[in-house]
Amino acid sequence: MTNGFVGSIMATLDKLSSRPAVKRVVYAGTILFLVSFILLPPVLGITFKLGLAEQVFQNPELLVRAEAAILWSFTIALSVAAFDLLAGLPLAWIIARGRSRWISVVDALADIPFIIPTVALGFSTLLFWGNTGPIGFLGFSIPPGLALVLLLHFAFSFPVIVRVMVGELLAYTSIYETAAKTLGARSFTIARTVTLPMLRPGLIAAFLLAFARSLSETGATVIVAGAFENGPVFIANAKNAGLEGPMVLVSFALIISSVAVFALIRLLGNRLKIPLNRVFPGAESRLSSKGSVGMRNAVTFLIFGMFVLIPSIYITFPAFGALTDGTLQKALSGTGVWSSFWQSMALSYVIGVMATLINIAAGLPVAILIARKRLGRVATTVLDAAVNVPIVVPSVALGVSLGFFWRSFGFLPEFWILVFAHTTITYTYFVKAMAAAIEGIPEEMEETARTLGSRPLHVFRKIILPLTKYSFLSGAILVFTRSVDETGAATAVSQTLKTAPVLLVSWVKHQIPVTDSEIALGIAFLVLTSFAALLVLRLIVYRRK
Amino acid sequence: MPSLRLLNVTKRFGSIKALDDVTFEVRDREYLCVLGSTGSGKTTLLRSIAGILTPDEGEIFIDGKKANTVTPEERNAVYVPQSYALFPHMTVLDNVMFGPLAKETKRAAAEETAMRVLKLVRLDGRADALPSELSGGMQQRVALARGLASGSSLLLLDEPLGALDVRLRLELRGELRKLAKDSGFTVIHVTHDQEEAMTIGDRILVLRRGKLQQHGTPYHVYNRPERIFVANFVGNTNFLEATVKSRGKEGSTLRLREDLEVRVLDPSFEPEEAVIVAIREEKTRITPEPVGDEPNRLSGEVKEVHFLGSYIRYAVRLTNGDEVAARLPVGEAEAEIRHGDWVSISFDPADTHIYEYPTLGLPSELEAS
Repeated sequence: MTNGFVGSIMATLDKLSSRPAVKRVVYAGTILFLVSFILLPPVLGITFKLGLAEQVFQNPELLVRAEAAILWSFTIALSVAAFDLLAGLPLAWIIARGRSRWISVVDALADIPFIIPTVALGFSTLLFWGNTGPIGFLGFSIPPGLALVLLLHFAFSFPVIVRVMVGELLAYTSIYETAAKTLGARSFTIARTVTLPMLRPGLIAAFLLAFARSLSETGATVIVAGAFENGPVFIANAKNAGLEGPMVLVSFALIISSVAVFALIRLLGNRLKIPLNRVFPGAESRLSSKGSVGMRNAVTFLIFGMFVLIPSIYITFPAFGALTDGTLQKALSGTGVWSSFWQSMALSYVIGVMATLINIAAGLPVAILIARKRLGRVATTVLDAAVNVPIVVPSVALGVSLGFFWRSFGFLPEFWILVFAHTTITYTYFVKAMAAAIEGIPEEMEETARTLGSRPLHVFRKIILPLTKYSFLSGAILVFTRSVDETGAATAVSQTLKTAPVLLVSWVKHQIPVTDSEIALGIAFLVLTSFAALLVLRLIVYRRK
Repeated sequence: MPSLRLLNVTKRFGSIKALDDVTFEVRDREYLCVLGSTGSGKTTLLRSIAGILTPDEGEIFIDGKKANTVTPEERNAVYVPQSYALFPHMTVLDNVMFGPLAKETKRAAAEETAMRVLKLVRLDGRADALPSELSGGMQQRVALARGLASGSSLLLLDEPLGALDVRLRLELRGELRKLAKDSGFTVIHVTHDQEEAMTIGDRILVLRRGKLQQHGTPYHVYNRPERIFVANFVGNTNFLEATVKSRGKEGSTLRLREDLEVRVLDPSFEPEEAVIVAIREEKTRITPEPVGDEPNRLSGEVKEVHFLGSYIRYAVRLTNGDEVAARLPVGEAEAEIRHGDWVSISFDPADTHIYEYPTLGLPSELEAS
């Protein structure tokens, strides 16, 4: 099949792909990229500078602060993930099992805190619970500090639990529940003794993701933290104060401990037994009654609305105000603070596009290696774990280390350091999405195509890619939006160049004289980007159906 | 011309030998059925021939050329898995054109070939349908058409009729063979259904635990099973443990348990050697009046009577405790034989086969996997 120049190039590439040596070079190249761009820089960067940590040990006061910050990070992450699981599971259940046509609206609403950039979420939370917000009118407010951090983390980790558990519940076949029902069990008993134990891997995965998100979040936390410090806030404060030693120490501790905690939960989680095989017919029959279920659903919706949804979208009100008070005209004319704002937006987009392109090129072969277990069982598990590292490690700690590493190459412009840092931070998303999609295609399909005379690259172009194009697109969009929204790592890396979220954090913290109306509008522009991405994603999913 | 030869091919998965020193040859345009149960290595055999798997030892020759290191796309051996692996995003026509296009045939020529083959399988009217819109039988025919159009002439079919219901399976058996023969294809067809293998194959190859058990025409495999396993797997057979009492020109006399005696034609075992006697159930005669135990005419009590449509099967316990079954066509069956009756069981010495007593005992020899 030769349609011109492109056709003949493709035919040549197809032929090349039949050669084992070519395949080896491609796979080895992308693994080399994984090691040298994604895994080694975070490790080496921090190791170079470990000597600086010495400063902290000579300053007892600083050491106490650092220790407390790290401890708080884990305490908050663990408790938030546990609360989210408790509150999110009933909502996931309603979404997965409900028959009402409003369910899809609830489903979309549950995603909102996940879609809104964290900077926006932080500012929105600050305003909602602050003394000028709706709660403030009742003469009650929550000032920046630990309580507000907990509320914020609860809200942005919530959608992770709901998303994962809805997927698990939809994939779970109800045949077991039907069987249990015909054996005479009440629905609450069935959920507790049959459904949930079978969904354990999903529960663990959901818990871990919520945990990781809380551990890693920086941009929003900095906004609502006040004088309180967890790990990422401590790092950000140390950076602002120009204290490299504490930055290094806390980053190092966070990297090591987050990887360790993850490995531990992964290993122990699968052995965890839920020891309640006993059945309590009286109590569980009452819990299964219509009234109890109605009550539970009402509480679930109340918690979701009051603590997740409304605090997340509250920012819309001041943003609407900005449309009429002249701020919009000022913003569009690009004068004053807005000139640097638009530069930052452009920078964020360019970096996002570059990180996406690099991760697609470098991630595809790795996704194939993982999905097809080409390297054997053990090596595949290791590779899969390695791919997860960037989302497990708190991004601000990762950013600190990446900044040290790339700056040690004196000739590298800051722009490229930012691109590389964003590439590392977002690496996981595309590889994971594609690996899952490719795994869903029976390998027999590829093998059959090969025996029909199709060469490996031809099989990929004609069979794998068309069948995974939705995951390809959504993986790429996820990388792009994550890159544009990334705050923690960008804060740690940036010196003179500021991406949009970093700039907005400095606005919110009033390091630059701006009005609340301007902050709200600036954040709204960033939110619009994410919503456009969400819209594209939804359209893709819709077309798929 | 695709003659195929395997020489001492071994394939291991960890400690399991999926193929164990397999050697055989397939002639040009031959239809070979590979018969074996789940886990016998049938699929591994096909995938090794297709080049999807690489054997650990041994050589594969296609058209006289060593093919071990030839990639699947250059082997000219089309693999059709049991799931058919139709490409779900392509129409029937695109699926069938895939092979020719992959081999850089011009589009017009590829389409012409595809339409011709689709006509052959009577699906030219559904060329624009997606695979998901077709019935199981139609999907099977598309998979076959895709193989036929690919330009290869060696077809590797993995349980091609396995996913279809019984009636359709019977219907398609003849069609499958005719298509392959008319188009001049060499076919290796893997199945666990002995009747299917007997009906379609020019020759049959029996596999067990990765080892080749027997290779020959259906007639030969059925009537001269070379191993106890084959005698059991192909057809329905009675097995009795015995020792050789004496042997002479006309055959041997064997002693069953409790000193019952049978005469057989095969004189190849030494006196006092332990052996297994095999008699097909349909070669075993059953008559209502017991006359007492004499050579090749033994009495026993009917323990079970099963009506199988065209056959009736009687399970009889002999006076020495051994179990023997006889199968009679319904028309010839003696209606008066009932459960609990005492009967005579007899057979012709020419209908028996004698095997060396297996080292691990009879039950382990009969296990399929």
